[in-house]
This record gives sequence, structure tokens and C-alpha cells, in this order.
Amino acid sequence: MHHIRNFSIIAHIDHGKSTLADRLIQHAGLISARDFHDQLLDSMDIEQERGITIKSQTVALPYTGTDGQQYVLNLIDTPGHVDFSYEVSRALASCEGVLLLVDAAQGVEAQTLANLYAAMDHNLEIIPVINKIDLPAADIERVKEEIEIELGLDSSGALLCSAKAGIGIDEVFEAVVKRLPAPKGDPAAPLSALIFDANYDQFRGTVVSCRVFNGSLKAGDTIRFMSNGACYRVEEVGVYRIKLEKRASLSAGEVGYIIAGIKTVSDTRVGDTITLDSNPAAEPLSGFKEPKSMVFSSVYPIAADDYPDLVEALEKYKLNDAALNYQKDSSAALGQGFRCGFLGLLHLEIVQERMEREYDQAIIMTAPSVQYKFLLKNGTELTIENPQYYPDPTAIDTAFEPYVRISIIIPERYMGAVMKLCTERRGSNSRFTYPSTGRIEVNFDMPLAEIIYDFYDRLKTITQGYGSFDYEYLDHRPGDLVKVDMMVNHEKVDALSFISHRDNARARGLQYCERLKEEIPRQMFKIIIQGAIGGSIIARSTINPFRKDVTAKCYGGDITRKRKLLEKQKKGKERMKMVGNVQIPQKAFVAILKSEKD
Amino acid sequence: MSRSPKRLSLQSSNPKKTDARASGLYIHVPFCASKCPYCDFFSIASADMIAAWCASVCRELDLYRERFERFETVYFGGGTPSLLSAQQLGSLMEHVRTRVRIATDAECTIEVNPDDLSSEKARALRDPGFNRLSIGVQSFDDLLLKFLQRRHTARQARDAFEHAAAAGFENISLDLMYGLPEQDWQAELAQAISLQPGHVSCYQLTIKPGTAFFSMQQEGRLQAASEETLAQLFLLTDSLLAEAGYDHYEVSNYAREPGCEARHNSRYWQHRPYLGLGPAAHSFDGEKRWWNIDSVPDYCSLISSGSLPVAGSEILTPDQLRLERLMLGLRTSRGVAREDVGAGGSTLAQLEREGLITLHSGRIAPTPRGMLFADRLPLLLEDGVADNSAV
Repeated sequence: MHHIRNFSIIAHIDHGKSTLADRLIQHAGLISARDFHDQLLDSMDIEQERGITIKSQTVALPYTGTDGQQYVLNLIDTPGHVDFSYEVSRALASCEGVLLLVDAAQGVEAQTLANLYAAMDHNLEIIPVINKIDLPAADIERVKEEIEIELGLDSSGALLCSAKAGIGIDEVFEAVVKRLPAPKGDPAAPLSALIFDANYDQFRGTVVSCRVFNGSLKAGDTIRFMSNGACYRVEEVGVYRIKLEKRASLSAGEVGYIIAGIKTVSDTRVGDTITLDSNPAAEPLSGFKEPKSMVFSSVYPIAADDYPDLVEALEKYKLNDAALNYQKDSSAALGQGFRCGFLGLLHLEIVQERMEREYDQAIIMTAPSVQYKFLLKNGTELTIENPQYYPDPTAIDTAFEPYVRISIIIPERYMGAVMKLCTERRGSNSRFTYPSTGRIEVNFDMPLAEIIYDFYDRLKTITQGYGSFDYEYLDHRPGDLVKVDMMVNHEKVDALSFISHRDNARARGLQYCERLKEEIPRQMFKIIIQGAIGGSIIARSTINPFRKDVTAKCYGGDITRKRKLLEKQKKGKERMKMVGNVQIPQKAFVAILKSEKD
Repeated sequence: MSRSPKRLSLQSSNPKKTDARASGLYIHVPFCASKCPYCDFFSIASADMIAAWCASVCRELDLYRERFERFETVYFGGGTPSLLSAQQLGSLMEHVRTRVRIATDAECTIEVNPDDLSSEKARALRDPGFNRLSIGVQSFDDLLLKFLQRRHTARQARDAFEHAAAAGFENISLDLMYGLPEQDWQAELAQAISLQPGHVSCYQLTIKPGTAFFSMQQEGRLQAASEETLAQLFLLTDSLLAEAGYDHYEVSNYAREPGCEARHNSRYWQHRPYLGLGPAAHSFDGEKRWWNIDSVPDYCSLISSGSLPVAGSEILTPDQLRLERLMLGLRTSRGVAREDVGAGGSTLAQLEREGLITLHSGRIAPTPRGMLFADRLPLLLEDGVADNSAV
């Protein structure tokens, strides 16, 4: 155990986290230069494109120290978005220390700080690393000063490196060994291992990533998940060396994987504790939470014929994303589909993108909603997360909407702007703390509906990226709610209707109308878009018909080109949904999810 | 149509079928005295290669003799065919007539620029057998002619028409453009009508990428007329020419009496075979289309090495053929066959109610107002998918 170190790299976006990880992997000799491609850990297309990590990846790096000893350094990667903050916390809980990466030119940035707090929450040892020191704009002295003042860390121990140029990498290895504590734990105690991730492999089933705190396990053992008591026989244990590498056992202090005939990822819970059925631990490790759907939206195939394909694609997708929940749903406008629950709006967007790219599904997603509760006058209670099932307004005694406790950490100078934003979004019960000089943590109780659309984007804008944001469900509280129906040429499009606080209904209705106006192409007739509460119109926009669509000339040489243009339009038409007599492009349904433009 | 498996070489594309039908012959003359700022047809502003081009076109025709034997129409387009001397045109036509059969009643058209059409030139064009002239008038307004960087005046345009008529051309077409800045289109159209040409083509100014007007538009120095204005001008043109007795038989084409329609161009709209010779020319044999390389030197050197100067080709699937029939047919008052239309009765009834199409004797034809949507109708009518999307 003295020869193990478990650590993460944390950084502001683009400060070089993935590049450093790649460089460490390369130096450890796990992969030849020939097979090396950038950003090994971000394996999904979306991750590489957006530069964020969605699924954690882990790798065990062999290292021979300057003391001649052999070490295993477990690098645990962390996802990078508030929707996945719980996954981040479980990954950090599996570490003893972190490398806090700071760009030598850009210095300390918003997420540097947010990440630092997350690491401090877990009492981790922190090594500041100044990266990109080879850049012409690098200003090491200034960055050191920022580390001292803004982060409150001792900058004298900061490492200097350039992951890209391969400078200072040995020093990083050595610091991990010398400055991060070895894991503690008792190999002889009953097994307790923390699940921090799970992935589905089509050949091997669910591969569970875990950190063993006490005890040990090996193939043949029967393990028990402490949250639900489910038991499985272990088929294989091992460690991540880019590929899975089988081991005889995993014991206290180690990080590795377990394969145990677990059919889907949903059968495991990130944060759960694994113990041995025959000799269980007295208590689970602390901090376990059930993944909770916060945002709901329905998914429909563009063409009704594609429904069976969608069913299959969702089943496959679900194997690898325990956080996604879904059940059957149907809509008058869009036919058969599924109601899905997501961790947040980014999670929703990722599911949508992956369904399209990896599973080739042309889908429409409806306006996201939260879960509402109603007390009806006849005394019954009703919970809905689909505006379609909004009860008859005259039958409602009290409507309840979900509230969350939000936490925002910002430099003091943004205080005014953040307060204004939070109050606009019906934030109440504010509380402030000062975690360090110049920094302020703002807490508000806020309706969840206020943050699912564009709150995070707005926050990033007004704090120039320096705001870190997290939220936690509180309870359901009474609210003056209304259902707004969207109509296209007087035909109700149930997939676009939404529930809103009465005070916001008009503004959002107008925003929807304008968005749809931008996204629905002009057609041969006038299109009227309206938002209505009950029978009264609260918002409206009009799309004028085009007056002509004809090219002046068409002779011998123009025919092929012109036909190809038509074929292209035809393909575009296949991605449109007919509602009444209007073709609504798929992207119109998506566009209304997007934040307001500034 | 394409029962035969896909074949990639030109030689194998079902020669029998082509033999059975007469075709149209198009000869692309890629030379201009200067480039007009609105034109995106292939041409070069140099006369150096005219002789080499003439020889190459003759050889190219020889390469196709096996597959294209009989022609009902001949069309010299450009570029500026009237840049060629009467003698050059005469020997070209001579060569054509000795190698392939041109029907005795064939329509033989040549595009001419007014500044090239002296009375001598007009008379000289009769000898090789040209019986139809398409005169590139563009405008009867001298200021607009300057704006279009044409080399003639309104006066020259009228003279050119008189010379053509005096030389015995009964079938004369005038090309006009509308949608120009500060244009009195009605007055221009009246001037054209006063000459009583058998045929008029009225093209709306279209600013295409790669042209000088396009750059001007990008720089904000030229503003295209609004969609609304263009739509109104289109309908105005239709009604003024209808009053004057012209039949609006294609989006941009009008014929004074039956028989005055452009027979060669109608082949394109009726999806009938044509052979195109010269750089950038396109050909179609009923199921395959191919197009020549758009470079005069490359074209000539390929020909001289005995190769076809083809830059690309495609064999059309039955679906593509049908889409093209719709796309082309819906530009014409002749319309399309009902069996090519997949859309259901409700769509058709709606379009008819809206006054965009007419249904008669198994054909679906656009009204003049329907022609305004000629690029939209094919997809609306193609299949049942868009069944209720029409109106």
C-alpha cells in the first residue's frame, strides 16, 4: 500500500488536463508513440469536441521512483460539469490527492477555484502545477502570486511543466510519489469499496470502477451492493492499463475494476459501497446518493416508422448511462415516444447528441420540464413531469414546484450581478459565506424550473466564467403555476406546451414564439405561432409566406445541379415534422431549449 | 428506365435506344469579347483558340457518331456564337451535316449579340441553314445596358432585329432581363412587343456566385430587387405578354403563336435526349448525363489525343429521372403526367383551389402564379410524405 498513490488532475477548461494525462500515460510506457493519439482519456467524440469529460476514465501508471522503488499511480479522471458534480465528488472521494493545474499564461480561472473547493471538501492533498510554461505569454511569477492570493496555497511548491512539450513530467511523477500520501486502510478488515463509475462493454457486461478502502476481493467472491443488497459473483478483477488487465485480487488502497455478471449499468449505483456477502462491512462508506432525475423531456422519432429503432437504441444507450430514466409516452402531435428523466440540461443534450451520432436516431425532444405536484380540490394528490398531463386548472387546490438550494462561489466583485440574477429567478432565503479572502459563496433557495433553461449560461456570462455553480434538491413548495400551450396555425402542438410560473408565462411564451419563427422555414402560406393560457392568447408571432421560389433559367447544364439541390432539400424535409399543415424542423424543437441570446 | 445494370463507360449506355430517337445538338461556343457582370456561363474573353476549338468540336462530333445519328434541332449557344465569322460557322455546319443527319425541318438556332449582327452578317447566317436567331438584347435602356456592361445600345438592338427580319428570319427571339435597378420594365416590354418577335425570353436578374455582380452585392454596391418586387414583375410580365398574344409556356419563355416555342430548349424541359459539344457542354441520352471539362485548352488537348473530354457523368436512377421530369415539367405550361405525381388528391385539390395548378386530361400543369413556385412544387408533388403540406 505504501507504493500506491491515488490522484486526480483538476483544472479550468483548456488548461491542459487531458494533455497532461496523455503525457503521463506516455511516460509510463503504457502505450507506444505509434498508437498514441491525443486525449486518450476523453474517448467519446462529444467529449473531445466539447473539451469536457462526461464519463470518468481511470488508468494505473507504473512508475519507478528516484528512490528505486516501484510505484503504481492511479490517475482517476473526473467529469467536468455541474450536471455530473455527484460523479466528480465520488471520483475525488477515491483519491488522496490532486494535481491542480493552472495555465501559465491565463493564470487562476473560475473553475480552478471551484475545483479547488471540491478537492478541499474531500481533505485532499493539493499540488499546484503550472502548465504551459513554454508559451511566450507564460508569466510564472504572476501565476504564482495568484496561487498564493486567490487560492491561498503555498506557491513555493508549485511544479512547472509543459505537458505539450514534455517539460517537467518527471518532476510531476516524483511529486505524486513524494508529496501525496499513500492510501490508508486495513487489508484484513471486511471489504468496503467505493463505486465511482461503471461502464458497459458489449462483450463483458458492466465493468465497475472502484476504489478499495478496506479488505480485499478476488474472482469467485460474492459481493454485495450495500444500497440495495444485490449480490453478484465476481468473475474477474483487475486494473486499468488503458486496456483492462486482470489481477488475482484488489485490496485496500487499490483502484481497479470488477466484472461480476452485472447485466446493465443501471444495476450499479455510483457512490454505492461494495462489500463481501460472507463478511460484510458494518457500515457503507459515506456520501451515497441515488441519481435523481431533475429535468424531464419526451423523445420521439421524427418518422413514426422509426419507433422500433428508437426503442432498441434507448435500451442500448441505457446500458451505459445509469442516470437516464425513461418510460413510454405518447403525444397527439408526435405519436409514440418516451418520457425521459435527466440529471440536468447538459445531460439531456448529451443524450440527444449521442442518440443521433452513435445510434443514428433522428429524434425530436420536447421542451424540458421539472416534476410538479398538485393537491386537487377533491383531496387527491398528483405528480406530473409532463405538461400534457396538467390537471384541469379549476380542479387545482394548490400547485407545488420543486425547489433547489443553489450554491455559487464567485469573486466578490460579481456579487451585485449574481444577486440580481438570483432575485430575478425567484431566488429567496439568501445566505452568504466567505470561504477565503475575496471570495464569496452565495446560497439561495430557487425553483428548479428557473435554473434548467439558461441559468448556468447566464451565470457564466455575468461572472465572465468565474462563477462555480452547484445545486441540491430541497423540497416542493407552492407556486402560482400555469400551463402554456403553443399553437402553430391554430393547432395545438402538445410537445411544445410548458408549465410556467404565471409571472414568467408571457415572457417565455414570446421567447418560444420568436424562436419558432427563426427556426421554421417560410412556407407557401402564412404561419401563425401563438402561446395561450386556456383560451387566451398571451404571445404571438407570424412567419410570412415566401412570394416566389423559382430560378430564372434551366437549360441543359443546369439540370443535374438543380436536381441535386432538390435532393438535398428532400433530405432536409425528412428531418421535418408535419404538424397540421406546417413543416417544423427538428431543430426548432431543440432551439427552444437553448438559452436566450445576449 | 435503367433496366440495364449500372455501367460506367459512355460507350455502353444503351446505344440502341439513342439510335431510335432523334436528338438535339448543342454546340457551346465559349468565347466572348468581354465578360458580362451577371453571367456565370463558361466562356473566355479571348479569341485566340477559336480555330482550335472549331477543329475539336468537329472531332468530338465524330466520336459520338455511332450513338447520335439524327438530330431535330441544332443550337449554337455561348459564350457569344456571333463572334465566329460566317465562314467559320458555315464550315462547322457543313461538317455537322456531312457526319450526322439533320432533319429537313430542323430548328437551327444561333445566339447573337446585337453589336455583331450587321445586315451582311444576318444574311450570311442564312446560308449555313440557321433559321432561328436568339438576340441578346437584355434591355432597351441605354443606361441599363451600360450597367450590364453590354457592348451595344438600344438602337443597335432594334437595328439587329430589323436586319434579322430583313434577312428572312421568321423565327426571332429576344432575350430581356428584368429586376434591374431603376428599370421601367413595363416600357421595355412595350418596346419588345412593338417589334412583334415570335418569341421572347424574360429573365429575372439572378446574382450568381463567381460573377462581378456577386462581388458588388457582397460589398453592398448592388442590391437585388426584393422577393415581393420580383414576384410582381413576374406576374406583370405574364399579363402584359398575354395581352399581346404571347403564350407563357415556360417560366421565362413566351411564344407568340404555336410553333414559335423554342424547340431545342423544350427538349430539356421535356427530358428528351441532347448531345452537347464543346467545353462545359452537358449531354443526356435518356438515362445518363455527362458533362465536358470547362477549359478550352484541356478540351482541345483531350480531343486531339482521341479522348472524350468528359469531366463527369451520372446514370440516373428511376427516382431521379422522375424527380427531374417533375422539376422540368413543372416549369412549363405543359406540366407533368399525373402518374409521375405521388401526392394525393387532397394536396392537388388544395393547390388547384389556391390557383397554383390546373388538372386536365391526365396532366398537372402550373398556372402562371404556380410557376412562381416552380422550385417548390416538385417536392410537394413528388410523394405522399408532404401530402397535407401544400397549402
